[in-house]
Amino acid sequence: MASFQLELVSPEKLLLSRKVDMVVFPAAEGEMGVLAGHAPMIVSLRGGVIAVHEGGQVTEQLFVAGGFAEVAADRVTILADEATPLASLSKSEAQSRLAEAEAAFAAAANEAPEKREPMMARMLAARAMVEAAAAA
Amino acid sequence: MPSLKSLRLRINSVKSTRKITQAMKMVAAAKLRRAQTQAEAARPYAERMERMLASLGASIAGSPDAPKLLVGTGADKVHLLVVVTAERGLCGGFNTNVGRFARAQVRALEAEGKTVKIITVGRKGAVYLKREFANRIVAEISFANKKRIGFEDASEVSAKISDMLDAGEFDVCTLIYNRFKNVISQTPVGQQLIPAPLPEVAADGGALYEFEPTEEEILARLLPQNLGIQIYRALLDNAAGFYGSQMTAMDNATRNAGEMINKLTLNYNRTRQANITRELIEIISGAEAL
Repeated sequence: MASFQLELVSPEKLLLSRKVDMVVFPAAEGEMGVLAGHAPMIVSLRGGVIAVHEGGQVTEQLFVAGGFAEVAADRVTILADEATPLASLSKSEAQSRLAEAEAAFAAAANEAPEKREPMMARMLAARAMVEAAAAA
Repeated sequence: MPSLKSLRLRINSVKSTRKITQAMKMVAAAKLRRAQTQAEAARPYAERMERMLASLGASIAGSPDAPKLLVGTGADKVHLLVVVTAERGLCGGFNTNVGRFARAQVRALEAEGKTVKIITVGRKGAVYLKREFANRIVAEISFANKKRIGFEDASEVSAKISDMLDAGEFDVCTLIYNRFKNVISQTPVGQQLIPAPLPEVAADGGALYEFEPTEEEILARLLPQNLGIQIYRALLDNAAGFYGSQMTAMDNATRNAGEMINKLTLNYNRTRQANITRELIEIISGAEAL
């Protein structure tokens, strides 16, 4: 199976850089699986889980709170705002973050929609984090 | 001639000063290493961000509804300077250099008839610039209670800047900080943040990409992130430079203290010998007189 170079970077460090067979990431408009030879794309990510497939198996799962992915034929670069391996995700932290985001969203109920949008995204990301933590 | 006792006291006090500066140098060296690895770890993200921005920005910069973060407000009246300095002193000319650079910039801009606003990041810069430009400082940000700087801290600063931009409080934003060249040399630089200078588009062209959702939406999220990254980079450079500068300063101080101890010890021994000689002369001449 053809493989491609996957790079996962957060502002604080380079998390992953190696050859993989497939990666599935949470694009803004739905999950997206990428194989080698994909058409070049730049995609915005929402909060969710990135799954790395190698040799027909999921070898790595990481939660991202949001970010961007650049897809080219022979490489995929994911710029994550923040990435945590699923195994070390803390349920309580996810829950407190969700509560915080929900409160902020509720407090801004009368704001302009453009202002509420990033809060909404934060809330959805937190919700995804809680789900991911529960599944792990 | 100072008395023997006062010389002894001075030697002891300089010795303890030397102990302190030596310890500070050691601590700075350890922290420098940590700050440098952190700065290194941040580089891949910034590089990839730049590449993505290059392929995105070029296609959209010309359009009339391009985001403000990219093209600015179109005016050039009000300048916002973000001055990044260290939280502490005892680091040679580190903070003063940035301060002086910032002061020169403010003067030059005001001579051109522009309005200047200042945000200081780091306590020392605020103290320095307050003396002269207190009425131009619009915000002071300090990370004095933080042990290490994370990306959230940088986003805090960038959120503040983009809020001000949305409120139309400035037209051009420049970041002033010490660029870390190596351990012994840091140079103050001014880097324009808004309007964002676009990185050169690679020769293979960026127009081939498809975008999801749309180019505009991605750019609207990418630009604030990019602003945060630029500031994060400056903060890390500032931290590494500070420790480098402190290490050099403390090394010099230790050496100077050593020299001073040598001089004082020489002086002490001479005085002691002079006293002995004088006493001998007194005894001998007393004996002769008998």
